[in-house]
Amino acid sequence: MMRDDNPFAPLRKDSTAGEKITRKSLTAWQDIWYRLKDNKLAMFGLWVIVAVVLLAIFIPLVSPFSHDTNELANKNAAPSWTHWFGTDNLGRDMLVRTMTGAQISLFVGVMAAIIDFFIGIIYGAIMGYFGGKVDEVMNRISEILYAVPNLLVTILLLVVMEPSLTTIIVAMSITGWINMAWIVRGQMISLKNQEYALASQVLGAGHMRILFRHLIPNAMGPIIVTVTLSVPSAIFTEAFLSFLGLGVQSPKASWGTMISDSIGAMTLFPWRLFFPALFLSLTMFAFNVLGDGLRDAFDPKLKK
Amino acid sequence: MVVTLFLLASLTFVLMNVIPGSPLQSEKATSEQVKKNLEAYYGLDKPMFERYITYMDNLIHGDLGVSMKKKFQTVERMISSAFPYSLRLGLVSVVTSVVGGVVLGTLAALYHRRFLDHFAMIIAVIGLAVPSLIMGPLLQYIFSVKLGWFSVAGLKSPLDYVLPTIALSASSIAVIARLIRSTMVEVMNGDFIKTAKAKGLAGHMIVWRHALRNSMLPVVTYLGFMIANVITGSVVVEQIFAIPGLGKFFVSSIIDRDYPLIMGTTIFYAAILLVGRFIADIAYVLVDPRIRLKGGKAGA
Repeated sequence: MMRDDNPFAPLRKDSTAGEKITRKSLTAWQDIWYRLKDNKLAMFGLWVIVAVVLLAIFIPLVSPFSHDTNELANKNAAPSWTHWFGTDNLGRDMLVRTMTGAQISLFVGVMAAIIDFFIGIIYGAIMGYFGGKVDEVMNRISEILYAVPNLLVTILLLVVMEPSLTTIIVAMSITGWINMAWIVRGQMISLKNQEYALASQVLGAGHMRILFRHLIPNAMGPIIVTVTLSVPSAIFTEAFLSFLGLGVQSPKASWGTMISDSIGAMTLFPWRLFFPALFLSLTMFAFNVLGDGLRDAFDPKLKK
Repeated sequence: MVVTLFLLASLTFVLMNVIPGSPLQSEKATSEQVKKNLEAYYGLDKPMFERYITYMDNLIHGDLGVSMKKKFQTVERMISSAFPYSLRLGLVSVVTSVVGGVVLGTLAALYHRRFLDHFAMIIAVIGLAVPSLIMGPLLQYIFSVKLGWFSVAGLKSPLDYVLPTIALSASSIAVIARLIRSTMVEVMNGDFIKTAKAKGLAGHMIVWRHALRNSMLPVVTYLGFMIANVITGSVVVEQIFAIPGLGKFFVSSIIDRDYPLIMGTTIFYAAILLVGRFIADIAYVLVDPRIRLKGGKAGA
C-alpha cells in the first residue's frame, strides 16, 4: 500500500532551486551586528553603557536635588529614601552628584576618544598611504612623542595650564592619538596594495578619494575597536588626574574627584566612596567587554 | 634614549618657566629686598636661557637642584631617600604581575572553555575594570579596617606589601593573563605540540618547555607598558597606603608647585621608564631566538 504523502518519495529535480538565494544577503555591518548580538558579555556591556548614559542624563533632571546645593544640616547622611546614595561632606545629594559626575567622566572619555580618532586617522593614513620618506619622518616623530611617558606630559601640562575640562581633554589628546595613528598606518600599508585600491587608481581617482572612499572605510573595524577601548582609558586617566588634584574643579565633580575626596573619610562614610567607584568600574568594565566583543565581531577569524 | 630624556627635560623646563608666577609668590608677604635675595638664591633673576643652560649643565652632572618648599633639601637627596620604597614595591608588583598573569592565563588556556577558564577570565576582566584608584581603598577597607588582617598603612613588615602589591598589579595580571590565554590556545594546536605529545612528553613538561616559552612573546612586549603602568599606579597606591615613596613626593610637589622637585621627579620617572623599555627590548631578544640584533651570520 502506497501512501500519497510518502516521506521517502524523491523530489523532482530542479536545477534552478540550488541557485536560488533564500536568505536575504547581509551587508557587512549587519553581519557584524549579528555576530555582536550573539556575544552576551558584549551586549551586556552595551546595555550597561546605554543605561549609564540615560541615568546620567535623566537623574539630574528628575531629582529634586541639585549637584551643588548644600544641606549642611544633613551632611554625610547614609543612604535613605530621600537620598538614595546618601550625602557628602557638604550635604550634597550623592545620587545626583554621581550622575553629574557620570556626565563629566563620559564627556571627557568620549571627547578624548573622538580627538584621537580624527588626528590618529589623518596622521596614520598619510603615514601609511604615502610611505617612503613621508612615512619615515612622520613615524620617527610619533616614535619620539611616544617615548616620552604620556602621563607625565599630561601632568606637566596640567600643572602649568589653568585646570578645566578643555585643558584636561587637550592635555590627554597630545599623546593619546599615537596609538590610533599606528593602527591606521598598519591598516593602510596592508590595504593600499589590494586590487580595489589599484582599480580605483586606474580609474583615475585621486589620493584623497582612494584614501577616504576606499581605504579608511575598509579599516574601520580596527579603528572602532581602538576608539571603544580608548574611552575607558581616557576615563581612567581623568580619574587619575582628579586624584592628583589636577582634574575637574569644584563645584563640578567627576567620578575621580568624588573618589579622591571620599578616600579620607572611607572608614566613616563608605557610601561616599562606594557609589562613584561602582559606576566608574562598571563603565570601564562595559567599555572593555564591548571593545573585546567588537574585535571578535569584526574579525571572526580571531575568535576562538 | 638620551635624546628622549634631553627632550623631556627641555620640555619640562620650558613648561615650568613660561607660565607667570613663581613658587616664591605664594610665600607670606615679604619685603622687596627679601624677595630679591630669594630670587637670587634660586637663580630666578637671571634670564630664562641662562637658567636653562645652568639647569642642563647641572643635570648632566647629576645635580637636580634644591627644593623650593622644603628648605635646604636637595632634590637628589629626597629622591634617593624615597626611591628604595618605590623600587621595592615596584619590583614586587612586577614579579607578582608576571607570575600571577602567567599562572592565570595558562590555567585558562589549558582548561579552555571550561569552568576554570571562565573563572580566570572573569578575574581578569575585573582586574582590568577596577583601577588601582578604587582597588586600593577597597582592599584597605575590607582587609584592614573590617577584617583587620593587615595594617592600614605604611610599609614596615613584609605583610604590609600584600595589599599595595595587589592594588598595583591587578591590571597587569589581567592583561598578561589575557595575552597568555589567547596565544597559548593557538600554540597548543601547533604541530610541534602534537609532536611533543606523540613522543610521550609529560603534560606539564609540554606546557613548561614548549607552550609557555612560545606564549611568552606578547608578554615580553607588554613589559615596557607594564613598567609605565606600575609607575603611574604607584603614585596612587603610595598615596592611599601612606608609603613614603617617590609617588608621594611627586603628588606633593605638584600640589606645592615645587618646580625643581616636579622636574626632578619627572625626569627620574622618565629615566626609569626608558631603562625599563630598554630592558624589555633585550628580554625580547633573549626569549625569541628568531630575533637577532646583529645581522650577518644569523645561524640559528
